[in-house]
Amino acid sequence: MGLEKDLFSNSHVIEKLDAAQAPQDQISAEIASVHAAYDKSVHDGAEPESQPRIDFSPYRSSILRHPTKDPHHVDPETIELWSPAFGHQDVHALESDLTIQHNGEPLGERIIVRGRILDGGGRPVRNQLVEIWQANSAGRYIHKRDQHPAPLDPNFTGVGRCITTDDGFYEFTTIKPGPYPWKNHFNAWRPAHIHFSLFGTDFTQRMITQMYFPGDPLFALDPIYQSITDQKARDRLVATYDHNLTSHEWATGYNWDIVLTGSNRTWMEDEDAE
Amino acid sequence: MSEQKLTATPGQTIGPFYGYALPFEKDNQLLAPGLPGSIRLQGTVTDGAGDTIPDALLEIWQADAEGNVPQQTGSLVRDGYTFTGWGRTAVDNTGNYTFTTVNPGPTEAGSAPFISFVIFARGLLNKLHTRMYLPDDEEALARDALLSSLPEDRRRTLIATREADGGLRWDISLQGENETAFLTYPGA
Repeated sequence: MGLEKDLFSNSHVIEKLDAAQAPQDQISAEIASVHAAYDKSVHDGAEPESQPRIDFSPYRSSILRHPTKDPHHVDPETIELWSPAFGHQDVHALESDLTIQHNGEPLGERIIVRGRILDGGGRPVRNQLVEIWQANSAGRYIHKRDQHPAPLDPNFTGVGRCITTDDGFYEFTTIKPGPYPWKNHFNAWRPAHIHFSLFGTDFTQRMITQMYFPGDPLFALDPIYQSITDQKARDRLVATYDHNLTSHEWATGYNWDIVLTGSNRTWMEDEDAE
Repeated sequence: MSEQKLTATPGQTIGPFYGYALPFEKDNQLLAPGLPGSIRLQGTVTDGAGDTIPDALLEIWQADAEGNVPQQTGSLVRDGYTFTGWGRTAVDNTGNYTFTTVNPGPTEAGSAPFISFVIFARGLLNKLHTRMYLPDDEEALARDALLSSLPEDRRRTLIATREADGGLRWDISLQGENETAFLTYPGA
């Protein structure tokens, strides 16, 4: 089918079937052990963590792919205090609607995802690129290495882009993605999520993350989500159902705001005003 | 300096399935190959066992040849001539990456030119930042504040090698004996 031929052509990922037989109970016990140690350290006065651990063995693929040495603290220099500039030359307005990229309507629950991107100082991140990608409503990615025997949707690719507004807002219309199985351990399932790729005003703020949906029963079982040891930090990745964003007889609405790390630039007063 | 009034949202791994979403046509060509001043920047990405990582995504961000910070839009619609200073590439099946770019100039008189790298991969739970320094100006490298603060075995992981064709080679190791020095910034 033409869809597969075109869209799979740049795919190249080789996924190893490592550690596929560990049961969920074992993975959950490993997660619980790391979290218990973290809770004790906070109780004993350690600073709460806000980012995932990169050394988190319940996520098996991380074992050989995390640096073992502490990152080196450095003051950002010229180029690091700026980000590449994107604009409407780069992204067409229609790219933010993932439901109109083909001849027909994709299957699934139509949703609007909207939010605001702020930097650590509370400034809106203006006119900056946001990219998303996701599985379809059946939990299948358009990717040749995704072997999950769930149907592809010829009307859904699952890729979107937009440029934030002057107030730092982004908005996408899409389909609620399904959960899907993966090979981390036996009977491993990822909670439904949308991947987000974000730029700030400084290249040091560059980030990629995942947005989740409220109340997902797979949260506790997922070593990627649980690599964030702090519950408050984990909650920051979960969108909120927002009935004011829900559109009459059209789509349900989810709000998800994003905070980047602090900018290290010297800001002019007029730029600083919110 | 950085002021952190709000707590940053956590990062997460890029996962395995970005290949149909993030790469775009000429994403790794900051200018067209063969244009005057263009060089090839290449290397490998390896894990703690020394195996190559075929499912990593790299981005570079750099000054132009004169040391100016580009603020031109148009990276996603490469015209081959507008230098936007930013590029992206998916590491290939054999763990190699390639960019076509220019040697960045020093952004301040006497400073050591470098290219800012950010690294994403399946199995890597958050992004990694680092710098790749040009090897040519040894005096500037010797004066550089970051390089001077690193022990020799860490310092050398941040300096590229100049190849016979004028290009640059720089290998990235996420873990192990030659683990690349990764960076963190105030407010991160």
